[in-house]
Amino acid sequence: MAIEIEQPRVGLSKVAVSKTHGEDSPYFAGWKAYDENPYHETSNQSGVIQMGLAENQVSFDLLEKYLEEHSEASSWGKGAPGFRENALFQDYHGLKSFRQAMASFMEQIRGGRAKFDPDRIVLTAGATAANELLTFILADPGDALLIPTPYYPGFDRDLRWRTGVNIVPIHCDSSNNFQITPEAMEAAYQSAESMNLKVRGILITNPSNPLGATIQRSALEQILDFAVNKNIHLVSDEIYSGSTFSSSEFISIAEILETRGYKDAERVHIVYSLSKDLGLPGFRVGTIYSYNDQVVTTARRMSSFTLISSQTQHLLACMLSNKEFSENYIKTNRERLSKRYDMIIKGLKKAGIECLKGNAGLFCWMNLSPLLEKPTRESELALWKVILNEVKLNISPGSSCHCSEPGWFRVCFANMSEQTLEIALERIRKFMEQRKRN
Amino acid sequence: MEFKRKNKTQLLSKIATNDRHGENSPYFDGWKAYDNNPFHPTQNPNGVIQMGLAENKLCFDLIKKWIMENPDASICTAGGVDKFKDVAIFQDYHGLKEFREAIAKFMGRVGGNKVIFDANRIVMSSGATGVNETIMFCLADPGDTFLVPSPYYPGFARDLRWRTGLEIVPVDCKSSNNFRITRAAMEDAYEKAQKWNLNVKGIIIANPSNPLGTTLDIATMRSLVAFVNEKNIHLVCDEIYAATVFDSPRFVSVAEVIQDMDCCNRHLIHIVYSLSKDMGIPGFRVGIVYSFNDDVMLCARKMSSFGLVSSQTQYLLASMLSDDGFVGNFLRESSKRLAKRHYVFTKGLEQVGISCLTSNAGLFFWMDMRPLLKEQSFEGEIELWRVILNEVKLNVSPGSSFQCFEPGWFRVCFANMDDETVEVALNRIRTFVLDRENQESNRSKRCWRKKHLRLSSSSTRLYDETIMSPCMISPHSPLVRAKT
Repeated sequence: MAIEIEQPRVGLSKVAVSKTHGEDSPYFAGWKAYDENPYHETSNQSGVIQMGLAENQVSFDLLEKYLEEHSEASSWGKGAPGFRENALFQDYHGLKSFRQAMASFMEQIRGGRAKFDPDRIVLTAGATAANELLTFILADPGDALLIPTPYYPGFDRDLRWRTGVNIVPIHCDSSNNFQITPEAMEAAYQSAESMNLKVRGILITNPSNPLGATIQRSALEQILDFAVNKNIHLVSDEIYSGSTFSSSEFISIAEILETRGYKDAERVHIVYSLSKDLGLPGFRVGTIYSYNDQVVTTARRMSSFTLISSQTQHLLACMLSNKEFSENYIKTNRERLSKRYDMIIKGLKKAGIECLKGNAGLFCWMNLSPLLEKPTRESELALWKVILNEVKLNISPGSSCHCSEPGWFRVCFANMSEQTLEIALERIRKFMEQRKRN
Repeated sequence: MEFKRKNKTQLLSKIATNDRHGENSPYFDGWKAYDNNPFHPTQNPNGVIQMGLAENKLCFDLIKKWIMENPDASICTAGGVDKFKDVAIFQDYHGLKEFREAIAKFMGRVGGNKVIFDANRIVMSSGATGVNETIMFCLADPGDTFLVPSPYYPGFARDLRWRTGLEIVPVDCKSSNNFRITRAAMEDAYEKAQKWNLNVKGIIIANPSNPLGTTLDIATMRSLVAFVNEKNIHLVCDEIYAATVFDSPRFVSVAEVIQDMDCCNRHLIHIVYSLSKDMGIPGFRVGIVYSFNDDVMLCARKMSSFGLVSSQTQYLLASMLSDDGFVGNFLRESSKRLAKRHYVFTKGLEQVGISCLTSNAGLFFWMDMRPLLKEQSFEGEIELWRVILNEVKLNVSPGSSFQCFEPGWFRVCFANMDDETVEVALNRIRTFVLDRENQESNRSKRCWRKKHLRLSSSSTRLYDETIMSPCMISPHSPLVRAKT
């Protein structure tokens, strides 16, 4: 659907005609194939199964139950006395009750091991907006952010498109389970310098998308030390923090800071969202949590361009400040995701496929490198096309996540019913059998 | 939780450290004064009355009634919850189809049903603030320039310039012809920009105008369209006050004007719309870009990922705005109530010899306080403004914060308060004007007073004698204005 524009008929901006929106990537091509022929368990059983979309659909019943029992949460009370104030409320500080609820929710996710101050929470319409906004604040056009690979394809747009900032990858590979090492960070930094790019920060995703694994404590310490040594910012995108299968396995950068007595905290900023953990991407709820006062103030001002609907703030303030609901949700969501993960790993193993050991997220990181004709990006894309067009599964090729090692694929498992997942696993098993026979 | 360590100044971006966020303007100083001492009829009758905020509070009862009668429009009630999952998951930047259709229909009705808006061209972003920034990102590069007729909404300085890196050059409009936008003024501004080596990419107008409260006549609209065609630059029409028109002439969208202009290049024409003013729901963040240019539409749609409207809100409004009966009644009632409010104020001011620009739209009027200036200058205007803010305790907005070419004009909002507060505000103004005129009676001035005075029976001073310390004017205030 993207239109190729070489010569705009009338002057548009450079941003408008650039391809940095990133929609030409295979990551999105697969979605299009799905849109044109979507699987349906009764009406289109041979359609494409969507496994390229990291959505969390396993826990909606918990949300629906809450709403049925607490309808005042959204109807502004009997007689709607609060409607007026709510509809008028466009203060970029955000509803205090909502910020408090978010701070409390973030603490619960971290098992109370870190504290969050509601006055440091800045609200944005989704993590997409939060990441872009932070980039506008931390870097000038032409500067660089270091990002460990493989990374979420959307970063190419969110961090670069309108900001004019560059991404320089920190290459990670399977030799050490894709962990971020000081050597890799240093190499990326040098690479940026050699291109005359000023490095302003390092951005990590923890738990990682697409790896589906949390970053270990020692690595977090090293990353923070690196940021301090280079005098750059550290952004920790923790939008999957509530999707860790076991609460104790996720360590937030907030915890590292707490143990260090908040020394050097003013260079650290956390991004959070309810799109993954609560499965509400449509509601556009993102937050920036910064330990830097100037960043908080500036981000708040900038959030004018991307405020969260006050109607939605009101609903979620009620929901998330209900401790009984939120505790039960977090616990149950973790259990269900863990179960799904086990199911897909077992199913893939039966088909002879190994995955990176994961402990979080809505996807697993699958290793199909043994199936590649050659260990190249082209072979990977060829395999991806076969899986898309013949096996009818939309999975995401590692190259779209800038993985430097060909053959890895991200496979989402939380955006479908268990039955559909069974069917997908069956298709994979058949495909692998056929490959073996040939 | 205390963050004990003193924050070192970390190196932030140029955008983060400049003050193009615009919050140092008197426009916002007045708000701060209000925040520190807000009027309340019983708890704080001597507080500052907020007349600097263009909010529409006149028709909430109609919306509330509709919401109570339509519980299924909310996905979070027992009636609507079976839609919850599908809506909560929906983050497609095309937006809910029913939402786009409802908005297109609403825009059509607001334009008097003279134009059919295509639902597939509707692109959203987070409020008018979000869409104005988005359209600039689509049309212009850092360092490029947009022309903006003055006086203009102070927020443009931030929305059009802050993160986009654009410049604004005002098209000066003057009271001698009721602040109409003339071809000569446009050419003037364009040439000025050229002289300063600025690349002009377009002109953005607000119709109806903020702060003037007037709609553009068709001749001016055609002149604008002709101008942009000749220069091959863009025309962005901010029509967010379209449904606040309460008197003739009726609102004419640029979409209607170009229907009758064969020689117009439609790829230059873009509309910005919002529900924040017309419906009074700024908290819901509904901003719309409607461009006649496919490339711009596609680009803006991609960019809307940075500010989509909550699907929960889209769903509610899709339902509400598809209710033809509700919409028809709302638009009629809203106009009626705005007209009445406008009349009460302007007539009340007339009685003490204060005139306002004749207006037919908006949530404010443009008040002529030139007779009361001690000095016909921007310093004089700010002196008067400080007195009105600190002594009369009314937060009105000085014309200089709108980049008005001439001193002495003030924007006064009237739709953000109840009827009792209107009375209090009017009495304060009337008393102040009389006092001030008595003070000025010895100075030689032209006589501005036209009508016989009618004094209110309660002539006691209704405001506190204590003078608040005047706010510092920042070095970046509009007073420091390039005079060419």
